[in-house]
Order: sequence, then structure tokens, then C-alpha cells
Amino acid sequence: MSGAIGFLEPRADVLARRKMIIDDLAELLPRDGLIAEPRRLVPYETDGFISYRRLPLAVALPRNTAEVAAVMKYCHRYGVPVVPRGAGTSLSGGAIPQEDAVVLCLSAMTRILELDYANRTATVEAGVTNLSISDAAGPAGYFYAPDPSSQLACTIGGNIGMNSGGAHCLKYGVTTNNLLGVKMVLVDGSVIDIGGKHLDSAGLDLLGLVCGSEGQLGIVTEATVRLIAKPEGARPVLFGFDTSEEAGACVADIIGSGIIPVAIEFMDKPAIEICEAFAHAGYPLDVGALLIVEVEGSDADMAAQLEAIVTIARRHGVKVVRESQSAMEAAAIWKGRKSAFGATGRIADYICMDGTVPLGQLPYVLKRTGEIVAHYGLRVANVFHAGDGNMHPLILYNANDPQDAANAEAAGMDILKLCVEAGGCLTGEHGVGIEKRDLMNHQYAKVDLDQQMAVRAAFDPGWLLNPSKVFPLEGRSNA
Amino acid sequence: MTVLLAPETTADAATIIRDAASSGTKLRLAGGGTRLCPGADDEMPVLSVRALTGIVAYNPAEMVMTAKAGTPLAEVEAALEANGQMLPFEPMDHRPLLGTAGEPTIGGVFAANVSGPRRLVAGAARDSLLGVTFLNGVGEEVKAGGRVMKNVTGLDLVKLMAGSRGTLGLLSEVTFRVLPVPRAVETVVIAGLDDAHAAAAMATAMSLSVEVSGAAHLPFIVAGRFSLGAGHEGSATVLRIEGLPHSVPARAEKLVEALKSFGPVSRLGADESKVLWCEIRDALPYAANRDKALWRISVAPTAGHQLMGAMRLQAAADSFFDWQGGLIWLQMEASVEADFLRRAIGHLGGGHATLVRASSAQRYGVPAFEPPAPGVAALNARIVAKFDPSGVFVGGGNV
Ligand SMILES: Cc1cc2nc3c(=O)[nH]c(=O)nc-3n(C[C@H](O)[C@H](O)[C@H](O)COP(=O)(O)OP(=O)(O)OC[C@H]3O[C@@H](n4cnc5c(N)ncnc54)[C@H](O)[C@@H]3O)c2cc1C
Repeated sequence: MSGAIGFLEPRADVLARRKMIIDDLAELLPRDGLIAEPRRLVPYETDGFISYRRLPLAVALPRNTAEVAAVMKYCHRYGVPVVPRGAGTSLSGGAIPQEDAVVLCLSAMTRILELDYANRTATVEAGVTNLSISDAAGPAGYFYAPDPSSQLACTIGGNIGMNSGGAHCLKYGVTTNNLLGVKMVLVDGSVIDIGGKHLDSAGLDLLGLVCGSEGQLGIVTEATVRLIAKPEGARPVLFGFDTSEEAGACVADIIGSGIIPVAIEFMDKPAIEICEAFAHAGYPLDVGALLIVEVEGSDADMAAQLEAIVTIARRHGVKVVRESQSAMEAAAIWKGRKSAFGATGRIADYICMDGTVPLGQLPYVLKRTGEIVAHYGLRVANVFHAGDGNMHPLILYNANDPQDAANAEAAGMDILKLCVEAGGCLTGEHGVGIEKRDLMNHQYAKVDLDQQMAVRAAFDPGWLLNPSKVFPLEGRSNA
Repeated sequence: MTVLLAPETTADAATIIRDAASSGTKLRLAGGGTRLCPGADDEMPVLSVRALTGIVAYNPAEMVMTAKAGTPLAEVEAALEANGQMLPFEPMDHRPLLGTAGEPTIGGVFAANVSGPRRLVAGAARDSLLGVTFLNGVGEEVKAGGRVMKNVTGLDLVKLMAGSRGTLGLLSEVTFRVLPVPRAVETVVIAGLDDAHAAAAMATAMSLSVEVSGAAHLPFIVAGRFSLGAGHEGSATVLRIEGLPHSVPARAEKLVEALKSFGPVSRLGADESKVLWCEIRDALPYAANRDKALWRISVAPTAGHQLMGAMRLQAAADSFFDWQGGLIWLQMEASVEADFLRRAIGHLGGGHATLVRASSAQRYGVPAFEPPAPGVAALNARIVAKFDPSGVFVGGGNV
């Protein structure tokens, strides 16, 4: 990548005290709880946005809230920046460290503290992976709804950091709609509890503010999330179209008709080919675009919903309608979709955009995206959560060719601006991180960003928490 | 006499706020004023958005509406209804309970995060709010969020504004998501359960894949004041099923099967259901005696009946449960018992109690809203200061 995105200058005073900081932190943590050897720091130098790397000063691996609090208290006292980290799967560089920062990694905090089925809640430590909540609650007939494709690896703390979504969020909402409470360590090491097992917040909605705050407001150490009773049945159905525009228009019509399936996922031809070659999911290869529509409920319910959806799809010239005939086929369909990024990574380097657009704009934005990428002489594969307009163009390029990389980055920026101009936003679920930080001025006026930064300053006036992220480095304020 | 300021443009509203900030005057923010607690800070001038009205954009196919904050809720709901859509979170009407007059506004609904029975499964008002424009305490016009459902661009000030009850800024425009009106509705009623068994029955109902969209328990002392159909006797545990016409009876049937071991089960049709769930939404039985104090309590669903068990030993009270038992409307016969109540909530795993209605004598010395823990209170105060540095907005007067 061209490396155009800057980081804050490392604090010289912190670098100068490196040895002391490491020794002191080691005192606060259990044996093996602090990593400082450069060789062992390498796994923490980047996240899912691999084109940028920075070695941190050290990595702290606390085992409980008290240790997190001790580390925060120390770093606050000595002005050491802290970058919170879960599994490091962020696609926007949200967990990439910097030379003067301690990475506070929650991956050792993996206990499921309580599954309370009568209240339909799970209380877990922040390092618990997304999928393991559903795995733990599954036998009792419940699941945790937000399902990022990275759910095998990503942590609930990271999900809260990014307000992550997933394929099934069309019906069940994203992380913020499924989060009931958190325990959080503030920048000075004090600990607060927000929310709980009750449904609505008392006073200001701090929970809503914290969700999606990208590690800027504090360290989440525990979370209480909502469990949902599993549906009686669920069935993904494939709808193949000649063109992306037809498929996009069909999505808008399905939603407009008042039917809300659990998921509507979109793949264009390049994405279909990549995913099918990888997962052998049985996707039709003779179509230009594919929708995976999942309906759920009783057999009668699913049949009724499908009938209505098929009628709409026919109006948009659907060529292939293929229902999964077995649980295995259904699993293969989802495996293909959920491994889309991994499968793409095997054939090319890619950057993944994440803008959201109003549904009516989907066909236009898809068309323009193709033109933009072609203009830069690159290829694009589109695979995304169409039902809520959350696009993921994967721009394919060769990372060893600096010109190619610069072109990919430029194409990505043009696409994101296009999303904003179409009435949408820069990021639907992957977060701003460093990747979209310098485009924030494109979506927000100065006064809007100043208000956000002012709120940030109510939590962290000294810019110690994940300081190089989200807000453009120029024009920062503490007001 | 309360001074009412109702500017017709946001520019005028900003001028009023700036003038107040520079002269040290305080303002109470309001929409239609239907949720202003009578008696609270009556002498302070009210700045209302009621003259900032009109639906700005509504695209039924995208299920998104943008409206000026002062638009009457009735106008919003009528426009939605004409397209077979609705606000998913069923905002309650506070007028009967509080004896207030006037028109509830869409801005007021979001500013107080007003949510009804469907909140249990469809989220609160805050979950439907996609974007806001507001004036902060220095009169700046700030935008947050947008008009798409998925948006994680920057800090979520939208959620923060929802439910901020006039403490952070004057909402001038709101953009929100709407949903199709379910085409069919039925209610399954179990008669005669005590509170504890009702809690178990509701938990069972929520564990099934029948998609219950409302779960309430009406103990026998209030059940007679709800429209439960002729012949109903004793308490009523009511479970709502909504959706496609053919699927609702099938799911209701399944629910009846699963619950009949709890007690006698019957079913209410669409028309009766609609009436009943409006009564539950508006806590209508408690509109009859407005001189009695009324609490609205939010706890974990299974803690609700335990809390009421403890409360009944302490004082004469009348209550019913929504949200699977987690939302309690509690009407006090005499004293408000705030300390006892709030301590009991703490013992039962936490939550909060809001004194929605009380005489000024009863309010004396009792915070209407649950006092947060010290760390959270300090944080709240710092946040408020970032929006309203000179303290122009007096919040807390709205329920
Ligand atoms: C193959 C692949 C597929 C993906 N698919 C999806 C998808 O479908 N939907 C989606 O939304 N995302 C997706 N992502 C992005 C990513 O997985 C999510 O953003 C995820 O939530 C990050 O979790 P993590 O544990 O890896 O967090 P990290 O990447 O470690 O951190 C993410 C952010 O949260 C902060 N953070 C982490 N833990 C805490 C904590 N305990 N307290 C406070 N802040 C914290 C970090 O500082 C950082 O800003 C995908 C990523 C990959 C690699």
C-alpha cells in the first residue's frame, strides 16, 4: 500500500522511558502477561488492515478487570497511549498499534460468566469470541444474533468496539441493538458498569455511545448481551440474475414490499466465482449476480415468504431460483458467503470498502463502483449485506506493485465518497479506524466532528486511548 | 405563568439559546409538552420545537422517514399508516397518565426514548433512530448519524441524543426507520397466575420459536381494568403474536399448547388485541387516579415479580408488568417509598426506577430519575458540559 495514512508522532518522553514502563507494567501483570521482546511483538503489529504496520512498545495480556484497571491507571499516570485489542481482525486498522503505545489485548479474558436463559442474556468477558456465545447457548435453543463473517475469531469486545454487523443483522440488528450492558475501565483506571439485564438505560445512553467507539472511550472488560430463541427453521435460497443492477433493484423491491427476510446477501460474478472455487457451495456460475435470501420460521411461514419473494424476483428477470434441500446444502451456501474475504485473499490482495447507501441507490452505486475501479485499471468483486445497503466492494490489486497499491487506495476513496454523495455513509460495520479517518471531513461538517471530539474528551481529554484513529489528525480539539 | 418560546426556524431557536447562554437564563426544552412533569420547574421558560413541523422526506420503499422535530406524532403515524407502516417501538401517549394536554411531537418521542410493549423484541425508540440534527447549548447546529440503517462512522451521538430528555440539545430534525404493520395479530391469555408463575410462563413463551411480540402480566387487582373480554376472571398473563395472516393462528396454537399446563388459556382476536395492547402501552388503568404517585421501573424480566413481592410487604401498591416482567408500572397508595424501592432494585441485580407522577410534596427530596453510581454521574456531568457548557438546559422535567 502507498502508506499515505499517517499516525501521530510517537511521544518522545514515552519512548525514552520504554524500559521503565515495561518493567513497571510487568509488575502489574501475571507472569507471561506482558510481551516486550520485539520478535514476540510482531503478531500485534497490524490487524485485518494489513497494509499498515507499527510495532507497539509492549503488549499487556490482563486476565481480569482489576489487571486492566491497574494497567490503565499506570498508563494514565505516565501518559502512555493505549491501543485496545481483541482478536485483531479489524478491517479498518482499528487495532493497529503505534510505537509509543501499549497494546491492551483482552484475548486472555475468555470466560463465559453466565448464561441466563429465563432472562435471555449471556454475560461474558470481553475476549470471548462471537461464535462461542452461540455455541454455548445453542444446546439450550438460543443464539447471539450479530454474526460477522469473522465470528470464529473476533471477540465480543472488538464487536462492541466496532458495533459489528453480519449477514443476519437485517432482521435482528447489529451489536448495539443486542447489547444490554458492559463493565468498562475508564482511562484513569476507574471501573464503571453501564446497563445490565434490564432493557432500557437510566439517564444518558452511555451504552449506545460506547458501542462503536473503537476503543476511544475506555476498555470493555465484560459484556451482557441478548440471546434469542432459535427459529423453528431457516432456509437460504439462491436467486441468480443476469446483471448486478437487476439484483440490486430486486433487493430494494423486496424490502419495499414489506417483507424483511433474515438476510439478503449479494454477490457479483467475480465474487461468485471466487467463493464457489473455494467452498463448492453449489452457486450457479452462469449468472451475473446472485442473492442469498434467508427466510426463517415454520415451514408454512418460510413457504409464504418465499412465494412473495419469488414473485418479486420474477419481475426483475430472475434466471435461477435454487432452494437449499438439506441442512448440509444450507451450511455450504453460508460457508461460501462467509469465507468470501478469505477466498479472495487467496487469489489477490484486496482492500474491502464498507460504505452504506440507501437501497434505492444500490443499482447506481454498483454501476459507478465498477466504472471507478475500471478507471484505475483494477478489478472489483462485490459481496455484501444488500438488505441494509451495506456494500463491500473488494478492490483486487497486487501489493508488490506500489502503483497498483496506490491506485487501489485511490479507487477506494472515490467509492466511499460516492457512498456519501448517494446519501449514505463511509462505514456500515467495519469502523473508521485509520482507513477512513481522513475522509471524515467528507461526511461531517467541522461542527459535527468537534461535537464528537468534545464527547470523546469527556472520557479521554489527553488522547491516550487509540489516539491515531477515527478523527483526522489535523484540527483536533479538546473542547 | 410559564413563558413559552416556540420559534419557527432553527435560526431563531439558536438565537434564543445563545441569548439565554449569554444572559444566564435557563431553558426547559420541550416538544408538545405532553411529557413535561407538571409541577417541575414551572417557573422556567420553555423552548419548544412545536413550530418546527413537517415531514421532510419519506420513502416507504426504504422504510425511512425524516421529520422536523415538532411534527405531531399523529401526523407521522397517519402518513405511515397510509403506507401500511408504523413506528416499530409503539411509543406510549403520556397524556392520560399525566393529565397533560396538547400534541405529542416526534422529537419528544425520541428525546425521551419513549417505547412500548414491542420494545421487548423490536428495540426501543433509540434503536430506530438513524440520524438527528440538534442545537447544542451554544446554539450550534450539529448533525449526527444519517439515513441508512447501518452506520458506524464516528461516535454514535444519535444514541446519546435519544433519551437525553432535553439535557444535551434541542432536537430539530430526526430521521428514523419504520416497519411494515403486521397484517395479523392475536393475543394468548392465561388466566389466574400469580406473579411468579406468570414470570415462568412468560419466560417459557419467550424461549419458543413463535416470535412473541409482547409479553405482559396483569395481576388480579388491575386485570379488571383492562379490556380482556367478557367473562375473563382473575389475573391475565398476555402474549401477543403478530405477522402474516396464515402464520399467526398457527404460532398462537403452538403457544397455547406449550402454556396450557400453566393454567386456563384463551385467545383474543385482532380488534380486542389492539385495544388491550394500547391500554398496556399507556398504563391506562393508572390514569384514573392522578393524585396517586406512579413509578416506572426497569429491571431484569425475572426480577420484576420478586421486586413486587418485596414491595407489597412494605406498602400498599398496585402494579402490572410489561416486557416479560422487566417493566413495572407501580401505583402507590400513599408514600412513594423511593429508598426502599431503589435499594430493593439494587439487591435484585440492578435496574432503575423513575417517578413518573407524584405530588410536589411527594417529590420533595426524591430524585425523579435513578441517581447513577458516582463514577457514572461524574461522566454524565462531563458529557453534559460538552454539549451545554454554560448550563442553559434544565433537564429532568420530562418523563
Ligand atoms: C475475514 C473477515 C471478515 C469480517 N467480516 C465482518 C462482518 O461480516 N461484519 C463486521 O462487522 N465485521 C467483519 N470483519 C471485521 C472485524 O472482524 C470486526 O470489526 C470485529 O468486531 C473485530 O473484532 P476483534 O476482536 O478482532 O477486534 P480488534 O480488531 O482487535 O479491535 C477492533 C476495535 O475495537 C477496539 N477494541 C477491541 N477490544 C476492545 C475492548 N475490549 N474494549 C474497547 N475497545 C476494544 C480496538 O481498539 C479496535 O478499535 C471481518 C474481518 C475479517 C478479517
